[in-house]
Amino acid sequence: MSFFGLDCVKKKERELERKLRANDREYNLSFKYATNAIKTSKYNPFTFLPLNLFEQFQRIANAYFMFLLVLQVIPQISSLSWFTTVVPLVLVLTVTAAKDATDDINRHRSDNQVNNRKVQVLIDRKLRSEKWMDVQVGDIIKLENNQFVTADLLLLSSSEPLNLVYIETAELDGETNLKVRQALTVTGDLGEDIEKLADFDGEVRCEPPNNRLDRFRGTLTYAGQKYSLDNEKILLRGCTLRNTEWCFGLVLFGGPETKLMQNCGKSTFKRTSIDRLMNVLVLCIFGFLAFMCTILAIGNCFWELNEGSQFMVFLPRQDGNDAAFSAFLTFWSYVIILNTVVPISLYVSVEIIRLGNSFYIDWDRRMYYSRNDTPAEARTTTLNEELGQIKYVFSDKTGTLTQNIMTFNKCSINGKSYGDVYDYTGQRLEITQHTERVDFSFNPLADPRFIFHDHALVEAVKLENPEVHAFFRLLALCHTVMAEEKKEGELFYQAQSPDEGALVTAARNFGFVFRSRTPDSVSIVEMGQQRSYELLAILDFNNVRKRMSVIVRSPEGKLSLFCKGADTIIYERLHLSCSKLMDVTTEHLNEFAGEGLRTLVLAYKDLDEEYFNQWKQRHHEASTLLDDRESKLDELYEEIEKDLLLLGASAIEDKLQDGVPQTIEQLSKADIKIWVLTGDKQETAENIGYSCNLLREEMNGVFIISGNSPEDVRQELRNAQTSMKPGEDSVFFPESTLGKGVKVMADEAVNGEYGLVINGHSLAYALESSMELEFLRTACMCKSVICCRVTPLQKAQVVELVKKYKRVVTLAIGDGANDVSMIKAAHIGVGISGQEGMQAVLSSDYSFAQFRFLQRLLLVHGRWSYLRMCKFLRYFFYKNFTFTFVHFWFAFFCGFSAQTVYDEWFITLYNLVYTALPVLGMSLFDQDVNDVWSFQHPQLYVPGQLNLYFSKKAFFKCALHSCYSSLVLFFIPYAAMHDTVRGDGKDVADYQSFALLTQTCLLFAVTIQLVLEMSYWTAVNTFFVLGSLAMYFAVTFTMYSDGMFLTLPSAFPFIGTARNSLNQPNIWLTIVLTSILCVLPVVTYRFLFIQLCPTINDKVMFKVRQAKATLPPPPRRTRIRRTSSRRSGYAFSHAQGYGDLVTSGHYLQRPALYRSSGLTHTGRTTTGFSPMGRSAGYSPTGRPQNPKVPDVEGTSLQMYRTIKEPSL
Amino acid sequence: MVKAEKEIANRPDNTAFTQQRLPAWQPMLSAGIVIPGFVLIGLAFIGIGVALFVTSRSIEVLEIDYTGEDKNSPCFKCSDQDVKNCVCNLEFSLDSLFEGPVFFYYGLSNYFQNYRKYAASRDDDQLSGDLDAFTSPSDSCSPFDLNGNDKPIVPCGAIANSMFNDTFVLYRVVNGVKKLVPLDGKGIAWWTDYNVKYRNPTVTPLKNAFNGTVKPISWPKPAYQLDTSDPANNGFINQDFLVWMRRAALPDFRKLYRRITEGEYEKGLPAGNYSLKIAYNYPVLSFHGTKKVVFSNVSWMGGKNEFLGIAYLVVGSLCVLMSIVMLIVYAKFKFPEDD
Repeated sequence: MSFFGLDCVKKKERELERKLRANDREYNLSFKYATNAIKTSKYNPFTFLPLNLFEQFQRIANAYFMFLLVLQVIPQISSLSWFTTVVPLVLVLTVTAAKDATDDINRHRSDNQVNNRKVQVLIDRKLRSEKWMDVQVGDIIKLENNQFVTADLLLLSSSEPLNLVYIETAELDGETNLKVRQALTVTGDLGEDIEKLADFDGEVRCEPPNNRLDRFRGTLTYAGQKYSLDNEKILLRGCTLRNTEWCFGLVLFGGPETKLMQNCGKSTFKRTSIDRLMNVLVLCIFGFLAFMCTILAIGNCFWELNEGSQFMVFLPRQDGNDAAFSAFLTFWSYVIILNTVVPISLYVSVEIIRLGNSFYIDWDRRMYYSRNDTPAEARTTTLNEELGQIKYVFSDKTGTLTQNIMTFNKCSINGKSYGDVYDYTGQRLEITQHTERVDFSFNPLADPRFIFHDHALVEAVKLENPEVHAFFRLLALCHTVMAEEKKEGELFYQAQSPDEGALVTAARNFGFVFRSRTPDSVSIVEMGQQRSYELLAILDFNNVRKRMSVIVRSPEGKLSLFCKGADTIIYERLHLSCSKLMDVTTEHLNEFAGEGLRTLVLAYKDLDEEYFNQWKQRHHEASTLLDDRESKLDELYEEIEKDLLLLGASAIEDKLQDGVPQTIEQLSKADIKIWVLTGDKQETAENIGYSCNLLREEMNGVFIISGNSPEDVRQELRNAQTSMKPGEDSVFFPESTLGKGVKVMADEAVNGEYGLVINGHSLAYALESSMELEFLRTACMCKSVICCRVTPLQKAQVVELVKKYKRVVTLAIGDGANDVSMIKAAHIGVGISGQEGMQAVLSSDYSFAQFRFLQRLLLVHGRWSYLRMCKFLRYFFYKNFTFTFVHFWFAFFCGFSAQTVYDEWFITLYNLVYTALPVLGMSLFDQDVNDVWSFQHPQLYVPGQLNLYFSKKAFFKCALHSCYSSLVLFFIPYAAMHDTVRGDGKDVADYQSFALLTQTCLLFAVTIQLVLEMSYWTAVNTFFVLGSLAMYFAVTFTMYSDGMFLTLPSAFPFIGTARNSLNQPNIWLTIVLTSILCVLPVVTYRFLFIQLCPTINDKVMFKVRQAKATLPPPPRRTRIRRTSSRRSGYAFSHAQGYGDLVTSGHYLQRPALYRSSGLTHTGRTTTGFSPMGRSAGYSPTGRPQNPKVPDVEGTSLQMYRTIKEPSL
Repeated sequence: MVKAEKEIANRPDNTAFTQQRLPAWQPMLSAGIVIPGFVLIGLAFIGIGVALFVTSRSIEVLEIDYTGEDKNSPCFKCSDQDVKNCVCNLEFSLDSLFEGPVFFYYGLSNYFQNYRKYAASRDDDQLSGDLDAFTSPSDSCSPFDLNGNDKPIVPCGAIANSMFNDTFVLYRVVNGVKKLVPLDGKGIAWWTDYNVKYRNPTVTPLKNAFNGTVKPISWPKPAYQLDTSDPANNGFINQDFLVWMRRAALPDFRKLYRRITEGEYEKGLPAGNYSLKIAYNYPVLSFHGTKKVVFSNVSWMGGKNEFLGIAYLVVGSLCVLMSIVMLIVYAKFKFPEDD
């Protein structure tokens, strides 16, 4: 696990140019460059308490309650005892402080872990093991294989020939193929000679720290010579050294100044939209509170003038207070009493609910991935309800949507398709984990991890079908893979792209084992026979050619050209005789493409010795030309690669993670827009877009933006807009909306479904401020968007763009360090865990092992959390407003004296004891429909996106409802008690009885309201509701008992009230009346509302009721089978191939068994080629399937035989 | 096996609680429950309402204001504050038997016993017989905690100080002869107030406990002389004092003064003429208050209160009405069942 720190440190002053000298600490120290230590923690033991308290009191709520506390200790003002505020406040502060402390301890720990890693540093002419944090700019350090790069380094020398090193940059940019870096020859000559290295005094001048991963500019001055430095000579922190024994590097940037840290984006404290709404509401409530208090203070002023002054006989004024002063004090007294509109327990309860819902995520077995034992984890516990409001999902591709495993799945050889499994009736079977696999034991060199299910192919190989042999021979010869044989028979391939590795591995298993290569030969084992082919030329791949060829001479001396490439390209160069085979192959290709496989067409041709010699001569001439070499070579290649004979086609599956298409379909049904942001190139991304259902054949259009200039991009965007909304005129964006104030862009309805694919360089223009709105508008009109070749920072920019102009909640999901910035930028960041790189997870809010868990996280947990939180807030505001407003009405009858309606104990315990558990129970257990139904009806998610459950409007409704309830709760007891007496004629209209009556009515009313709100009654809920009522009576009778009074007479003055009034029938009749009157309108309103305009929830709940006993059928998970005319022939890395290196000779001089590490890194997955289960389908008979090709297939085989070309 | 266990070490527990599968009852506001429910509640309420209304109607109440603001009032002469020890006579007649037991209340209006500072102006420790609180009354009693000479006032506070001190004597006038109607002043306060909440210090004679203290400023005599005839009705456990100390919730209130239950009045007050002799001491005119006497009998539901009965009738009818509205809506629109 690695951790490179997450927070960037603010820059002090702008550095214009960096100057440093190797091995000269004194000189370098004079610039005060950052050392390699990182610090992400906030506190130390001494600063914790003051700093944390300071931070906590910066939160308005805490400061407000502190202020209330101060008010309460002023005797003239205090209308309530101090303990009503102190207890909850201390509780809140302690809990928060404890949480902050644990968080910070974790940060300290991970900082320490990273800072204390050891690395060898050249100090005082000796290599010493030093901690990472002690490494300084200008130091020379030695890295060994598989070590993380300590800081941003200038590569000096390496163990490998040509001073090459291999690095894995997955942590940085998400690309998993190894990259090559090469040192300058002048420094490379230093080798590992410590003396020479210690004498090295090169001076580097370079750009200041920045976040551009793909660019570096600088110069090295050494021994009077100046050398230019570029990105190819730089090792960045965050990379891992692979397949390289050792290397030496000069530290250029350390710690916070490294490109990785500069790229990590700023980490901000995330708040949910409900939080923000709540802040606004709380401010409104404060305003409203002030308003109420002002009214009451004015009332008090008038009362004092009119009544109080005459009431002096019985209550003389002290110290000659006048009415105005009394009103002033009353204002503050009422601030204390009415503060329950925003009780501190609201904040505590919200946190508890979020914590509880986070635990549900941690506990969910359906988000647990057993293969690598990874449960889902809610790393942030404060964002849950936001999960129910996601509108935009930004996803990484590699490792998130795909497993980054390429498997050879199918092929078409000479017009026959292999790879599918059929049962005896000729039905095509779904391939599952249980499908019988082909046994490769006949081949001792086979890769045991390779899995294939169709026995027909291996039979064909064994029957020595010449086309099949030619097919695999081509795969074994035509590539640039390097083989490594550490032990006899244990082969490891190092391929630049996983696709190529998969093809060569397939050939290996089918008996054409690529074993080793020299610059001019390729050794393969053909069906157990060692054969060496002379490698005459590699016509390497590039983006224009989209094909690659090799020219080899077989041991028998036959000259052949083998070619593989994109179908369109190869088809143009085929011999006319292939046309029939072409048709059949095209059909297969369509089928493969329909399944989202990546296809390549293979062809070959035999060459004439004489012609080849002549061609080779011209090739040699052309390759030594100074100008126009490229085009001359291309011409030559073009000339020889024609009249090819078609062999067949291969289909490689870029394995999607399980359930990705289904998840994407579900999410889009829930009206969530999915944007894929990937570092991969366009074709790959597009292909994945199709295979995971993001782009569909049925779409009305897929726009590809790949302009190379701002004008082009703008034009392409406009064209896309015009075709989506033909009616609109050419003025796309009225300038007024581009004004200073950030405008919110509304969603636009478009006819039909569209997709958008945009390239990295186009995106750079599109994200410029002049064009961002246009881009956003176009993109948002499309159903799905794919951005290719994006840098980590661009990923964040895209997210920020959407956040800025759209009032929506965004979620970013990714697995690599290149996703960190977007994970941090989005409202919710999700990391895919269980992989090697942990950066994404460490900076994420939620993490789980598989992309498909996202639908459960959003559609079930998110939806429920949002529903629960909204229900909670609505109810909580209702119950507290109702509670508080009664005081307001009472004020008009008690001379505005800030006399409370209820007993002080009731006020203290109301939120803490009497109503806390029922509402918490509701917010922890409530669900409108269960998870199965939630999946069945993804539309249930939409209300969350539209903020329907809790908004200003809903809040206002709550307040009105409370107002009504409080009127009922005050005036019904008022009228019922006014002038009445007990059954024995004694007093019952006294203050204490009235208080008891009102508070009991209140408790019943709010409890019944809760009963109405709750839609999921578990035993726990019932217990909480009844328990709280019972608790109320128990506590009340205890507090009002003789014993309590006798111990503390002044604390329990309500002695006997309960006994004397609760035995009166008219008291109970009043309670029943108020309760019914409070709920009557609510029930009526809701019932009528459900009948007249039911919401989606009502409809689904109704459906559930009807289907009660029978569960809905499990969602069908049919494999998407279709044919497609569109396909990606892409099976190469996007960079220029290794061709030159392979033939250069230097590269291969080292002994094959030299390297210490295996080349097993096919990607970031640890599971390698282990079988990934497909969802459904198995042999209904339970018997092993007949390995023989069924009859149906037989006839078709014969049909193909007849069209066999004589040339083959 | 060990390996298998290790592999699933992090697997969450499969319990109904952690997987959110707790069995639950999911009620819904369906027509089958709501409409009949409303009808039932409505009918029940109407039933209770009728009962309450009829009961309340059967309760007799006689209220007579004696503030004396009106010049024709017999107590007009006493409304002048300068007149000390004023006595006025209130004459009234009953046409029929005022059924017993009859309760005799005094009522005050515009009197804010629920004013916060007034309400807080007492010392519960002192009133429960704590002698320490006799010598140093709580600050909450201020300004009725100490007199001008810094002597502690017992009982301290505004509530005690403002104790109602009009007294009443009721005569039945039979053939011009005034016949005293016996008034029962026992057990008019709450049992808990009398037995638990308020206690005299355990000092005999009671007077000694009050050494070094002074009587409340407005009181004519100290607390230990409230009822010298009956030690069980003296000091802090004097019934009138207890009734007064149970302060009212609202500015208009009545408090029980006496019960008429004895002798020939056991069945109630017979028809005839009555004369109420009032010792008019308590000043209310300064704050526009009124004073009244109330004779009333009670029922199972307490004193006369027509509100509750009417409210029940109204709410019950509303329930029935709503159920009809809902039925119509339900029949007409119903729940759209298609998606």
